[in-house]
Amino acid sequence: MGASQSARTEHEFQDLADRTGFSLEQIGNLNKRFRQLSKNEQTLSRQDLASISALDNNPLRAQIINAFFDKRNLRQNEVGTVQVIGFEEFLMVMSHFRPAAMHITEEEREKLRREKLRFVFNMHDTDSDGTITLEEYRRAVEELLSKAGTIGQETAKAIADAAMLEVASTTRGKMEPDEFYEGITFENFLQILKTLDIETRMHVRFLNMDTATMRCGK
Amino acid sequence: MSVRLALHSPSGSRSFLERGLLLLVMLIFLEGTVLTLGAASSPDIGAQDNTGGGHDHRGIAGSHDHTNYTYIKKAFPVLSLDYHHIQVPFEISLWVLLASLMKLGFHLIPRLSSIVPESCLLIVVGLLVGGLIKLAGEEVPPVLDSNLFFLCLLPPIILDAGYFLPIRPFMENIGTILMFAVVGTLWNAFFVGGLLYAVCQIEGTYLSQVELLPCLLFGSIISAVDPVAVLAVFEEIHINELLHILVFGESLLNDAVTVVLYHLFEEYSGAGEVTPMDVVLGVICFLIVSLGGIAVGAIYGILAAFTSRFTSHTRVIEPLFVFVYSYMAYLSAEMFHLSGIMALIACGAVMRPYVEANISHKSHTTVKYFLKMWSSVSETLIFIFLGVATVAGPHAWNWTFVSVTVILCLVSRVIGVVGLTFIINKFRIVKLTTKDQFIVAYGGLRGAIAFSLGYLLDKDLFPMRTMFLTAIITEIFFTVFVQGMTIKPLVDLLAVKKKQEAKRSINEEIHTQFLDHLLTGIEDICGHYGHHHWKDKLNRFNKKYIKKCLIAGERYKEPQLIAFYHKMEFKQAIELVESGGGVKLPSAVPSQVSMQNIQPKKLPPPVAERALPQFTKGREEEIRKILRSNLQKTRQRLRSYNRHTLVADPFEDGWNDFVLKKQRLIELEKKMTEMSNYLTVPGAIPDSPTMCRARLASDPNAFYNIKASSDGIPTIQVDLASPQSPDSVNMLNEFSKEGATGQGLGQREGADRDEDQGLMMKLAGKGEKGEEEGGSKNPGLMRCLSDPGPSNEDEEDEPFLP
Repeated sequence: MGASQSARTEHEFQDLADRTGFSLEQIGNLNKRFRQLSKNEQTLSRQDLASISALDNNPLRAQIINAFFDKRNLRQNEVGTVQVIGFEEFLMVMSHFRPAAMHITEEEREKLRREKLRFVFNMHDTDSDGTITLEEYRRAVEELLSKAGTIGQETAKAIADAAMLEVASTTRGKMEPDEFYEGITFENFLQILKTLDIETRMHVRFLNMDTATMRCGK
Repeated sequence: MSVRLALHSPSGSRSFLERGLLLLVMLIFLEGTVLTLGAASSPDIGAQDNTGGGHDHRGIAGSHDHTNYTYIKKAFPVLSLDYHHIQVPFEISLWVLLASLMKLGFHLIPRLSSIVPESCLLIVVGLLVGGLIKLAGEEVPPVLDSNLFFLCLLPPIILDAGYFLPIRPFMENIGTILMFAVVGTLWNAFFVGGLLYAVCQIEGTYLSQVELLPCLLFGSIISAVDPVAVLAVFEEIHINELLHILVFGESLLNDAVTVVLYHLFEEYSGAGEVTPMDVVLGVICFLIVSLGGIAVGAIYGILAAFTSRFTSHTRVIEPLFVFVYSYMAYLSAEMFHLSGIMALIACGAVMRPYVEANISHKSHTTVKYFLKMWSSVSETLIFIFLGVATVAGPHAWNWTFVSVTVILCLVSRVIGVVGLTFIINKFRIVKLTTKDQFIVAYGGLRGAIAFSLGYLLDKDLFPMRTMFLTAIITEIFFTVFVQGMTIKPLVDLLAVKKKQEAKRSINEEIHTQFLDHLLTGIEDICGHYGHHHWKDKLNRFNKKYIKKCLIAGERYKEPQLIAFYHKMEFKQAIELVESGGGVKLPSAVPSQVSMQNIQPKKLPPPVAERALPQFTKGREEEIRKILRSNLQKTRQRLRSYNRHTLVADPFEDGWNDFVLKKQRLIELEKKMTEMSNYLTVPGAIPDSPTMCRARLASDPNAFYNIKASSDGIPTIQVDLASPQSPDSVNMLNEFSKEGATGQGLGQREGADRDEDQGLMMKLAGKGEKGEEEGGSKNPGLMRCLSDPGPSNEDEEDEPFLP
């Protein structure tokens, strides 16, 4: 597995680089990390990710882990979840967090925005029906405030309701009392988060440094 | 800039007359001021006379000291003038009054204040005053004395800036800011100083006696971007947050560099040379000065935060702690020749989240108002004094020197900014465009700090001091007048992004938080400790240890999102009241969509019709009267970092009570859900108004109509509390199908339990019991909730750590 593996991986990496947009070095680093997480297996399972201790304090832990196994994030236009993912899928998910290049056209910027917001949307839309319903949104906000104690739980609902109202009013305008707003569609989602500059904020620095050195400059 | 004149009246002719009168008054006052100040500065002739007289008197007495000393009786002085007794405070007050009247005056002529920035106008006024004093034949007082400037005039401005510093953008751009502040200022100093020296060496300029080190010293004085000037000008152009924080942050942080360079060159100007050893020492000194300053500030900030934890029983002196600790931080830093500005910034920024959690809302308002007031007056005074000092002189005009200085400063600034941006952009995600660079370069204004530093120079050591001062003043005038006046049209011309006035929506806030956690998680999965990881760690450390120590009570647990949400709710309530309580349905968002539109209609409607509470006409009128008389108008403010309009805070009064009430409501609601599907309570308390104010104000019938269909409509909570009215109760309208907390809005009077007598609290106890019992009896959507009294103040303004 050793020698042939390395020859194959070079070629693979190049292929992956072309498809995901990472540089070869970044892919190399991510591969190392992948192997570390998966304990040198070929695939990564939920337990592997769940075993990362640093994630324990994160209120969005479960959702983040699920996002890796969500088929919608793997650019395969399918729905559902998988049990294990390979390195390629890992990269696919990670590629959502690449920073924007310096000089990109408006079109590309818009595309990038959609992609990133789609990722976040998928995280909220747990039943994969294309809309974020009130229940789903409530759950999302509750998770976000889950570390906040009892106060958080009660107010989380109120916050989610208020947010939903806001979306409804900005996207649908005036509604009759008997009309029903089913949920936030992706287009609505784009609209309300227009001012958030997500293409610049949603990125992680996959520096050209060895992840093992664990230091990220600013 | 939006100081409202009380005199402004709608009718044109009257206002014109009033304006004219005010101008006249001010002119007369100006004359009077000038003469008094001029007279005051001249030596005390009167005193000399007195002492001379006294001396004589004593002489006479002395010669008779063996006999009884003769007492010459004269008429008892009914009215006497003793100016010297009150001279100093009187003069100070006069100057301050002049400054404030000037500020008022500028807004009489709105067109002028929109073309010319206030700072320019103030300098002109200073010139006028100085000129008038000179014309009156008096000696112009040395008003911009360095001690006065550095110890009295500068600290309020810096404290104001530091306390309200927007931490998040500041920290996000800290690398860029530091680069500009440190490297940029060094570059400027050496470039200007060096080239000036070269120019001075050219034959024919008669400047060859100016040596290298004084030139470098001059360069270091003049190269620092001045925070006062930047604030004054940038406040008016409303530029986008990024650029604002870049230029402003740079102006604050370059103080350390300036201090070190200044002392270094001043020290060694006597020796005439600087060895490499000195350079090394200089670098070490820089580190000590800056880090030491920050450390001193942080220590005092923590002390202030800790002190504020215990002030719950003496609310009145809370603001004092903020001011005194900060000022002491500044003075302590100055004592060690550390960077006082950085100490002040660090102190304000460190103490703010904790202090704000601890102090009462009124104290918070007080702190804010005082800071804005002092910094405003300080700034005005500084500019006026600049004008006066210009007239006072002495001047030594040298065409070559001055013009070269001005040109070099501009050139070096541009080169510096462009060069640094080129390097910085390699590391930034959001790159700085050419437009940004232009604004950063153009916004590098010099101000009074440069002048004061020049003034501090020793006359003997630096014979060319007057020439330096002239050049500094010219540079200041150039930047403030030319650059200050033209930057606004240039910003418009270049279509630079302006400040986003849009309100932050709750969705954005949710997703900002969401993104933070998401990115932290991804970083953890990637395995490298990135920016987010450390930020998250800091937040958690802060939450776990620091907040517990420094924040009193249970407040430290409240997360940022909840704080934001409460704030928004409250703001909505205020807005609604402001708008006069129209027929519009109140909700947490100004929308035409209500809860029922988004609630899934899956619950069976157990009761289609509900009997509505019956109110007699008389009761209704009573209620209306109470509501109208008790509701206090609150002023709505724009949210901005503008110094001249205060930072928006419509929730000044009764915020804590409102939030606490909300919590109580939540607890109560839990109990109520068992009883019925609807939170219903009759008007159990005889005098309590139980109607929604919005509907009340408009149409009593509307109340009933809307009632029928409003299953899930968030309804307004109206909260009345006033020390005067005995009927004041707090009430809350709630609804729920599933027991979810409604989008209640509250509007409250300021009735801080400590300050006011809190009459409203008394009625509360009975109310609560009443409603619980009567819960199932009278179904309706209104509930009267009385507040038994807050046991825990809860307030949040800005997030603790963004």
